[in-house]
Amino acid sequence: MKIQMSDEQKLLRDEVRRFAEEKVRPIAKEIDAEGTFPREVIAEAAEMGLAGVSVPEEHGGAGMDTISYCIVIEEISRVCGSTGVILSVNNSLVCDPLMAWANDDQKVQWLAPLASGERLGCFALTEPGAGSDAAALRTTARRDGDDYVLNGNKVFITNGTDADTALVFATVDLEKRHRGITAFIVSSDTPGYSHGHHEYKLGVNGSGTTELAFEDMRIPASQRIGAEGDGFKIAMATLDGGRIGIAAQAVGIAQGAFEEALLYSKEREQFGRSISNFQAIQHYLADMSTELDAARLLTWKAAWTKENRKRYSLEAAQAKLFASEMAQHVTNKALQIHGGYGYIREYNVERYFRDARITEIYEGTSEIQKMVIADWVVNKS
Amino acid sequence: MSVMTREAVEAPAMSWELDEDQKLLRDEVRRFAEERIAPGEAERDKEHRFARDLIAEMGELGLLGMMIDEEHGGPGFDVMTYALAVEELARLSPSISVTMSVTNSVCCWPIQRFGSDEVKATILPELASGEAIGGFGLTEAGSGSDAGAMKTTARRDGDSWVIDGEKAWITNAAVGKYFVVLAKTDPDAGTKGISAFVVPSDTPGFSVGASEEKMGLRASNTATLYFEGCRVPDTYLLADVGQGFRVAMETLDHSRLGIAAQSVGIHQRALELSVAYAKEREQFGRPIAGHQAIAFKLATMATELEAARALTYHAALSEHGPDAGRLASQAKLYASEAANRACWQGVQVHGGNGFCEDYEIARLYRDVRVTTIYEGTSEMQRMVIARHLTR
Repeated sequence: MKIQMSDEQKLLRDEVRRFAEEKVRPIAKEIDAEGTFPREVIAEAAEMGLAGVSVPEEHGGAGMDTISYCIVIEEISRVCGSTGVILSVNNSLVCDPLMAWANDDQKVQWLAPLASGERLGCFALTEPGAGSDAAALRTTARRDGDDYVLNGNKVFITNGTDADTALVFATVDLEKRHRGITAFIVSSDTPGYSHGHHEYKLGVNGSGTTELAFEDMRIPASQRIGAEGDGFKIAMATLDGGRIGIAAQAVGIAQGAFEEALLYSKEREQFGRSISNFQAIQHYLADMSTELDAARLLTWKAAWTKENRKRYSLEAAQAKLFASEMAQHVTNKALQIHGGYGYIREYNVERYFRDARITEIYEGTSEIQKMVIADWVVNKS
Repeated sequence: MSVMTREAVEAPAMSWELDEDQKLLRDEVRRFAEERIAPGEAERDKEHRFARDLIAEMGELGLLGMMIDEEHGGPGFDVMTYALAVEELARLSPSISVTMSVTNSVCCWPIQRFGSDEVKATILPELASGEAIGGFGLTEAGSGSDAGAMKTTARRDGDSWVIDGEKAWITNAAVGKYFVVLAKTDPDAGTKGISAFVVPSDTPGFSVGASEEKMGLRASNTATLYFEGCRVPDTYLLADVGQGFRVAMETLDHSRLGIAAQSVGIHQRALELSVAYAKEREQFGRPIAGHQAIAFKLATMATELEAARALTYHAALSEHGPDAGRLASQAKLYASEAANRACWQGVQVHGGNGFCEDYEIARLYRDVRVTTIYEGTSEMQRMVIARHLTR
C-alpha cells in the first residue's frame, strides 16, 4: 500500500496549478458575475490535454490515469469551480462513455475532437420531470428507416450554451421505462436542436447551464451509442465515473477556500493579535484541514479503484458524498473566518461558498449517493 | 505544449491495496480475535477482568512488541502493519487492543527510540516476547493536557535517580512490568526541566493503587502509580536530561496512530452489528434496513469509516515524512470522533435492544467514549494541527 502522488503526478499538479493561477484565476470572478462561458480558457486548457485527460493519445487525449484526472480537476476548481465542472463534464460525462461504449468509427468521428478540445461536449440526461429518477425521462427517439427522430426537452445541462456535441438519452419505448432508454451522440448544429438562455445560478455561474430542446431532430442510426435499451446502463456507469470528478471538484473548491481563510486568519488582527492565535479560529482550521484531507484521500481511493478494479460504484459514491458535504462545511467556515468581509463580493470566499453548494446536487444528490452506499452495505457486502 | 505523456504515468506509485505480508498479518490477527478473544469478551467486561492468558498468547504471536527491531528480539514491523493489528483487535475487544497498543506504542517504542544500549539490551527482548508488558506514566491528577505542569520529581543521587510522585489513569498499571515515566529534574525549567526514565515495577518504593472503575474498556487495567524514593540507574534515563518533554511528545505523535486504528476497528464493528441488526429487525412489515431513515444512517457510518481508515493508513504510511505529526493528529481526531458518532447511531439503529447489555453495541458505546480523550483529547489534537497550519 502506498498513498502518495507519484513524481509525475506532482509535476502534473505543479503544471496545472501554474496554468490555473496564470490563466484561470484572473477570469474566475468575472465569469461568475457575468455568467459568461470561458471559451478561450477552455481552448487553452484543451491544448494542455485537459479536455481528455484519461483518453488514450491515439484518440486525441492525454492518456493519463484517473488519479491524474482528479489532480487536474482539483487544481482548476481550486481557483474556479465553473471551469472545473466544464472540464469535468467534457472528460467524465462525454469522453468516458464514448471510450467505453462507442465503436471504432464513432471514436474517430466523435471522441477524438472532444478529447483534443476541438469540440466541447455536454451530457443530456436530466429532464423537468426526471432528475434522480432518470428512468422517467420523456424524450423519445422514433426509428424511421436508417434514422432516428428525437423529440423532447432537457434541463440543467452544463456546457449547454456552448457545446458542439451532446450525448443525449432518449427512449425508444416509453412503456419499457429504463429498458427503453438509448444513447445518441449529436452535433449541436443538427436541424431541430436548440438551446435556451444561460441560467443564472447560485454558483458555478460560468458553466453555461441551460435547457436543450429537440424538435423532430433527425439523426442517422450510426449516431446511436451502444444498442437500443443500453442507455440507462450507459448513463449510470457514466455517472459513477462522473462522481469522482465532482468529488475532485469539491475538494478543489474547499482547498481554495481553506487557503484564503488560513491566509486571512494570519493577517487579520483583532484584540491586538492576529485571529489565527485564537483557539476558536485555530480549531476551525484544524477541522477544515482534517475533513479536506479525508475527502481528497477518498477521492484518490475511488480513482485508484476505477483504474484497478471492475466495480467502483461504492467508492465513487462515498467520495462524492463525503467530499461534497465537506465542501459545505469548509467553505462555510472559511466565510465565517472572514467575518463581514467574507460576505462581500470583493473577496473570493463567498464565491467558493456558493460554488460548493451544487456539488451536493448534481451527478446524483447526496440522497442518491446514500441510496447507492446503503444498497452496497446492506445487500452486496 | 503538453507536459503529459503516456510514459509519465506508466508506473503509478499509488496503491490502495495492502501488501501481501500486511494481508497475512491482518488475517492472522483477525482469526485470533475471532477464535480466542470474541467468545469471552462480554464476560470479561462484566467482571472487569483482565485477560492475562490471552495477553500471554498475543506475546507468543509477537503482537506485544511489534515494532521492536530484530536485534532486540522483535519482528520489526512498520507502523502500518501495527495499525492493522490494532484495528483487528479493537474490532472485537477495544480493551485488549488498548492493552496491546499501550505496551507497543508508549513503552516499547520510546525505549527503542531513546533508550541507552544497556536498557535496550536488557528490557526490549522481554517486552518483545510478551514476557513483560509495559505502560506510560505522563498524566497526573492535576496535569492532563498541560503535561508540563507535572509534580513528580527525579533527583540525581550518585549514579542513579530517585523518583517521587504519582501518575494517574495509567493503562496497564497493575499488570505492567516496565513503565516509561516522566518527571521533573529541574522544577524551575518548565517543559525543559522534564526527563524520561524507565521504571521497573519491582523497584522498591513503586506501588499501584486500586484499579479504576471505568465506564468502558473494563477488561483493561487502569490505576494510579505511586513512586516513593524509587531509585533507577543512570542508564534508565531516556534521551538526555531535560529531553523528557520531547520524548513524551514524539511518543504521543506516534501512539496517536494506535488510537486512530483502535477507533477504526470499533467503528467497523459498530457498522457490522448495525447492518446485521437492521437486516433482521422487522417493523412496518419489512426489515428496518429497507427504510431510508435507517439505510441512510448506515450509509453515513460506512462512508465516515472509510474516511477514518484512509486518514489512518495515510498517516501510518507517512510516518517518516515531514507532516507525520499533523497527519497522525488528524487521523486520531477524525477517527475517534467518527467512531463515537457511529456507536451513537449504532445504538439508535438497535433501538431498545441497543440500550441492553445483551447486545454488543451497548458495550462498544461505552468503550468508544474514551477515544476522543486519551493520548491527547480532540481539543489537543486541534491545537497540534493548527500549530502546524499557522506556523
